[in-house]
Amino acid sequence: MDQFFEQIITGLSIGSILLLVALGLSIIYGSMGIINLAHGEFVMLGAYTAWLFQTYFGLGLLASLVPIFIAVAVIGWIIERLVLSLLHNRPLDTILATWGVGIMLQQGIRLMFGSELRYVQMPPSLSDSVDVFGLSVSSYRMFLFIVAIALFAATWFLMNRTTIGMKLRAIMQDRSVAASFGINSRRVYGLTFGYGAGLAGLAGALVSPLKSVSPDMGTGYVIDAFMVVVLGGVQSLGGTVASAFILGELSGGIAFLQNDTVAKALVLIAIVVLIRFRPEGLFTTRVRA
Amino acid sequence: MRISRRTLMKNAAALGAFAGAGFPHIWVKNADLARAAGGEIKVGVLFSLTGTTAIIEESLNKATILAIEEINAAGGIKGSKIVPIIEDPASDPATFSEKARKLVVGDKCVSVFGSYTSASRKAVLPVFERQNNLYWYPTLYEGRECSKNVVYTGAVPNQQQDEFVPWLIKKFGKKFYLIGSNYIYPKEENNYCKKLLEKYGGEVVAEEYVPLGHSEFSSVINKMRSTQPNVIFSTVVGDSVVALHRQYRAAGLDPEKMPMASLTTSENEVAAMGGEAAAGHFTSAPYFQVYKSPENEKFVAAYQKRWGADKVTHFVSEACYFQTYLFKQAVEKLATSDIAPPTIRDAVKGAETIAPQGKVRIEPENLHTWLWPKIAQCKSSGQFEILVEAKEWLKPVPYAAYPGQVCTEKGLVEKS
Repeated sequence: MDQFFEQIITGLSIGSILLLVALGLSIIYGSMGIINLAHGEFVMLGAYTAWLFQTYFGLGLLASLVPIFIAVAVIGWIIERLVLSLLHNRPLDTILATWGVGIMLQQGIRLMFGSELRYVQMPPSLSDSVDVFGLSVSSYRMFLFIVAIALFAATWFLMNRTTIGMKLRAIMQDRSVAASFGINSRRVYGLTFGYGAGLAGLAGALVSPLKSVSPDMGTGYVIDAFMVVVLGGVQSLGGTVASAFILGELSGGIAFLQNDTVAKALVLIAIVVLIRFRPEGLFTTRVRA
Repeated sequence: MRISRRTLMKNAAALGAFAGAGFPHIWVKNADLARAAGGEIKVGVLFSLTGTTAIIEESLNKATILAIEEINAAGGIKGSKIVPIIEDPASDPATFSEKARKLVVGDKCVSVFGSYTSASRKAVLPVFERQNNLYWYPTLYEGRECSKNVVYTGAVPNQQQDEFVPWLIKKFGKKFYLIGSNYIYPKEENNYCKKLLEKYGGEVVAEEYVPLGHSEFSSVINKMRSTQPNVIFSTVVGDSVVALHRQYRAAGLDPEKMPMASLTTSENEVAAMGGEAAAGHFTSAPYFQVYKSPENEKFVAAYQKRWGADKVTHFVSEACYFQTYLFKQAVEKLATSDIAPPTIRDAVKGAETIAPQGKVRIEPENLHTWLWPKIAQCKSSGQFEILVEAKEWLKPVPYAAYPGQVCTEKGLVEKS
């Protein structure tokens, strides 16, 4: 029985990391309809910013979370202004453009900092483990879980309870009508993309003490993030949360019973089958076309 | 048109000159003269500078370049400079093969130094065998290969495990948890490990492989908790090593009770995971940066002076460094007109040099290298402490797990 609960907690932990990584993508994909292939690179930029703060300013991870969010959000905002805003209503070109931006970010980092793995220290206060119902759980993983839930709550609040969120939802429904009501859609899109990028950056910084930091680390994350968003249903924040935890429990469980190679394959097959019969994902919000 | 004798002669001469220039191998018996022409000896350097394995291959490129620069600064090889032609195969086996062909056929390099992964070595092998050129492979690998066109300067399974596995059983216990990345190298190493376990009375509690680049080990760690092995025998590679160590530590497991014993964790990976995550675990390899020898002190100082004081040396970059010196020795034995891949290969057989790890020798039978196995434990400083040093160098046996097969000068021989 202990093993079962241990595995449930493991699944929650994997799910919370998936949620962290997917949240930013969910916002950008869901509300702006942009398939952002540079999402993994924003995750990578966040991890590198954490490394920079630690190496050059001696700042711990916890202290640098806010600056990291701002830094990556600003980069995202600039990219939206300079590239994506010019490609409005051209979804295929947007995919290519974000892919290209991703490659440039990756090679830029490689040119500046080299391609070796980088080290981001785990906050010492969180590097031991705690007892949860008699099971020993890594404090850092607990911390990630709480942060993931908090970020989700903040994002939900922002989308549903603030003026800017209302404007964004209005644009999602009909851009031209929203504009005729005086909503500056360019500004809202820029801010939304920046916010999504900032979330990705935070995710990168937060997972870096458990994983490794390298210029091409983003590739794996962008795939995970898309799986979560596609399974959960585009435009549904709640769906993203549910699907992150479903995928976490599923891959953790199969990995325990079988191994990680099998888990990866089975989860992917499950998603493909589900998309075949439910292309809109598990959860959908009704939106007027 | 009337053909006069004079125009006929002229045309014939022109044709001869054209043939001479166009097909030199018809006229010049040793076409490889061109290979060492003009006081330059061209060699290829084929390590990925981009892509997934660039993380480690960049350091191999650096160690090779360092050795070449040192040799050139000391006067080159009998007055000829080594000219490195650097290509970036971008961690992709198909690109490896393409770039290898370019270096061998296009640039006429007399040797190529390259590869980290077995996949990339297998991809370039046909090029070197067909062109009868020479590839210098510095990485520890799974053995079970017997090419006349590759000089293997890394360890094969018997050189990493023969001493390591019995030592682990004696010190920690019999129950082994085998974990590796999902490709040929970990599977062959585990194959040999299981033979040794059988011989010394150990047992395997689990054998499992994770996808390459995998970074989520919490389920694996739960399994380790529930099977309670004495030793976790790890052949996980690349950035997964970093993730495994960090998550092991975050989960609160204790290296004193359940240490990881790795064949792949070097100073390079430790630098990325941080000393505190690596502390207490063990690695078996022929070389560690802390090894005390005058040659190693010189190597480490030169490497850090050339590439930065924060850089580490490790068991693959050391092999890159000494294999370049072995190349120099082999070429030195040859007359300038004889410098060609097959003659270099013959000259390197039985060659010896004092490497940073100790005196090494190329085994004439199989072109693998006699090395000095060592067992070391990682400290929180990020460096290793060497606990066991072999008293004698160990012969490379690339087919150690396959008693019916032996690699000889003539190729693979099946014994019945």
